[in-house]
Amino acid sequence: MSVAGITETTQYLTFKLDEEVFALDITKVREVLDFTTVTKVPQTPEFMRGVINLRGSVVPVVDMRLKFGMSRTEKTVHTCIIIAEITIDSETAVLGALADSVQEVMDLEPDSIEPAPKIGARLNTEFIRGMGKRDSNFIMILDIDRIFSADELSIVQDAGKETAAN
Amino acid sequence: MSGNTDKHKEAFREEANELLTELETALLELEETPGNEELIGRVFRAMHTIKGSGAMFGFDDIAAFTHEVETVFDLVRNGKMVVTKKLIDLTLSARDQIRAMLNPDSGEPVDVVLSGEIIAAFRNFIPGRSGEKGPGDSPAVDSKAQAVDGAAAKAPEVTYRIRFRPVQDIFATGTNPLGILTEIKGLGNSRIVAQTRDIPLLGEINPEECYTYWDIILTTNQGINAVKDTCIFIEDSCELKIDVIDDGGSLDQEDSYKKLGEILIERGDLSADDLRKVLDAQKRIGEMLVSSGIVGPGQVEAALVEQKHVKGIRKERQASEAISSIRVPSDKLDRLVDLVGELVTVQARLSQFSATQKEAALVTIAEEVERLTAELRDNTMNIRMLPIGTTFSKFKRLVRDLSNELGKEIEMTTDGAETELDKTVIEKLNDPLVHLIRNSIDHGIEMPEAREAAGKPRLGTVHLSAVHSGAYVLIRIKDDGAGLDTEAIRARAIDRGLIAADAELAEKDLFALILAPGFSTARTVTNVSGRGVGMDVVKQAIDSLRGQIEISSRKGEGSTITLKLPLTLAIIEGLLVKIAEDFFVFPLSAVEECVELTREDAAKAHGRNLANVRNRIIPYIRLRERFAIGGELPAIEQIVIVGTEGSRVGFVVDNVIGEHQTVIKSLGKFYRKVEGVSGATILGDGTVALILDIPKLLKMAETDEQISFS
Repeated sequence: MSVAGITETTQYLTFKLDEEVFALDITKVREVLDFTTVTKVPQTPEFMRGVINLRGSVVPVVDMRLKFGMSRTEKTVHTCIIIAEITIDSETAVLGALADSVQEVMDLEPDSIEPAPKIGARLNTEFIRGMGKRDSNFIMILDIDRIFSADELSIVQDAGKETAAN
Repeated sequence: MSGNTDKHKEAFREEANELLTELETALLELEETPGNEELIGRVFRAMHTIKGSGAMFGFDDIAAFTHEVETVFDLVRNGKMVVTKKLIDLTLSARDQIRAMLNPDSGEPVDVVLSGEIIAAFRNFIPGRSGEKGPGDSPAVDSKAQAVDGAAAKAPEVTYRIRFRPVQDIFATGTNPLGILTEIKGLGNSRIVAQTRDIPLLGEINPEECYTYWDIILTTNQGINAVKDTCIFIEDSCELKIDVIDDGGSLDQEDSYKKLGEILIERGDLSADDLRKVLDAQKRIGEMLVSSGIVGPGQVEAALVEQKHVKGIRKERQASEAISSIRVPSDKLDRLVDLVGELVTVQARLSQFSATQKEAALVTIAEEVERLTAELRDNTMNIRMLPIGTTFSKFKRLVRDLSNELGKEIEMTTDGAETELDKTVIEKLNDPLVHLIRNSIDHGIEMPEAREAAGKPRLGTVHLSAVHSGAYVLIRIKDDGAGLDTEAIRARAIDRGLIAADAELAEKDLFALILAPGFSTARTVTNVSGRGVGMDVVKQAIDSLRGQIEISSRKGEGSTITLKLPLTLAIIEGLLVKIAEDFFVFPLSAVEECVELTREDAAKAHGRNLANVRNRIIPYIRLRERFAIGGELPAIEQIVIVGTEGSRVGFVVDNVIGEHQTVIKSLGKFYRKVEGVSGATILGDGTVALILDIPKLLKMAETDEQISFS
């Protein structure tokens, strides 16, 4: 019952959004930062929180909670920015994702990962590579490339236009 | 090893591509001056090198092909053939063919049939030998040809001092001295000074006599006999004195030319004694000599010209001997610029920090670092600067081909090819320039017959010029064609609802309309007036370079399009402002002034966004509203007034912080489509500020108003 594309034991970085545990393939994660000042870029959707300065580069930051239909991420001592490398249209881009807290790096066997159920997850299943199990908890393994694929990005454009038109 | 070979092949490709560009330039110049031996030499050398290196790196097809072309040019070089338009045409197509062979993956496969045709055509050029040589003939890379080639091309340039003094009644023989002067000028780089000292007072002048004589400084590689030949028919009725003043040999340690006095003595215009006498009075030597009346101002001028000329020639020669360059991959350069950018940011932090500490030693260090960083930044930016001339020569080809195709007679002249611009700017400039030049040729310049009917010369001119102007470079495309049809533009604009039917528009604003998107598709306008095809694309490209476009035109006389471009894209001077907790940067070049806006002022305008600045009405945009930023309004806001495209518009912000060295960072893929913001920069404290895109913001505001009132 494994998921296509996941054939080897892989390490995942787990983090929490609200009380749920999500995971990212560790090879996609470059580093984890403390929450810093995020500069909002006008006329962009709310989930695009803005940009930060990562040692001289300007890196966009997205609010994963907003993206997944939860309430806006509020700053706490645990709030982190996960810097991930994603691939859009075969180009690599660096992006920061807000997380309520970062948990741990863990191994998951391919056997313990199941495909995401088509219903009941309250999430666009396209964004989920699979569901891992850890003890009695589910871990949702995200497909971060898909989340920010070209389709999704066009929302930025449209939202910008809407704001401008108002 | 094979990797090594690939590397060599790549190097050859690169070199050959450069040579082909050089070849194209030389050919086009040769077309204008068919007898120019130097150009013929350049063409030959380019072919020769391509052939030689091609054979060495296994591009046998290229070597064989080039060999044929080289053979013909060898004949031309030896004076056995003349350069004709046909030959130039053919060589240009051969050049394209070589390029296709060289870069097999770019575009369609190499057309072997075409290669054969070109080779056959070249063989037909060779007198007494038409095509009997087999195509399998491998080229011989003979070192002898190379040696001969070197000798021919490097005939030493000698500088002569010539005094040409026709007898007074020269006009009686029917000779015009100007013709001789022109002929001498044609021999090489020359400067001519007319000596008018002997011209008598007006009352005593006999208009049929020549009182003038000329001092000429000529640098040529044609030898003294060529100079003498120019006067061969009036040998007896003129005084011709020729001295060698610079023999073109290698430079000794002395890099300055003779002193003015020495020159005059050598010329016999002044005796050594007189000079010494005059030298006692310590004024500038030239002035002294003139005011003492021993030599006339003309003679002094001639001597000065000689001095300047030879100095110039020697300097040039020295420069060509001394210039050495290294090839650096551009990504290394980009990385360097990035690093310098980061350094500038850190330096700003250091300066900010040191200002808060009352530590004299620290302040000194911070200032030192600031100075060095600024210098480093300027130098680094300078490395990326390239002369725009390389693109210019490409356009010459475009003009030539396109005018042939359209049956128009068009000449392209250029100016300021040495003007330097950032490499990326030049690259991005290529397409818009092609577009504009195409427009000029296609729609601007009329058919030769129409031009004649309009009383203009058959030959149309497209003039391309580049010139520095402060932190900007102005690039002009000027044609002497039909010009823009204001009425047609107006009609079309009204038709498209861009302007009201009764709108009074300045000519400049009217022309700016052709940059509007969609205007381009207006076929009717295109046919009537020309222009407009894809001008919005040009505008976009120039906008992305943070440049501006200005159009001027006179019906029947032609149009001029001026592109105003920033020198560099990486770092700009900015004006840092604050709205609530957010920082924004205005490009300082656009900012004209900042004024205060109090609540009372705002109230006086009855809610309209208009400010009265020294009795001029300035409309303003509230950035806080536009960007939907919350928070309390301060009691006194600031209006940053920017000047764009002839009008002044204000942007209201909370606070103006001051000037800021802005290292431009891209917002990246995610924010590519965001409007009104062109990039980001990192402030001294490490936070990010957004750089405002002024033209876009204005456009957005205009569109919004149109929507809300229509």
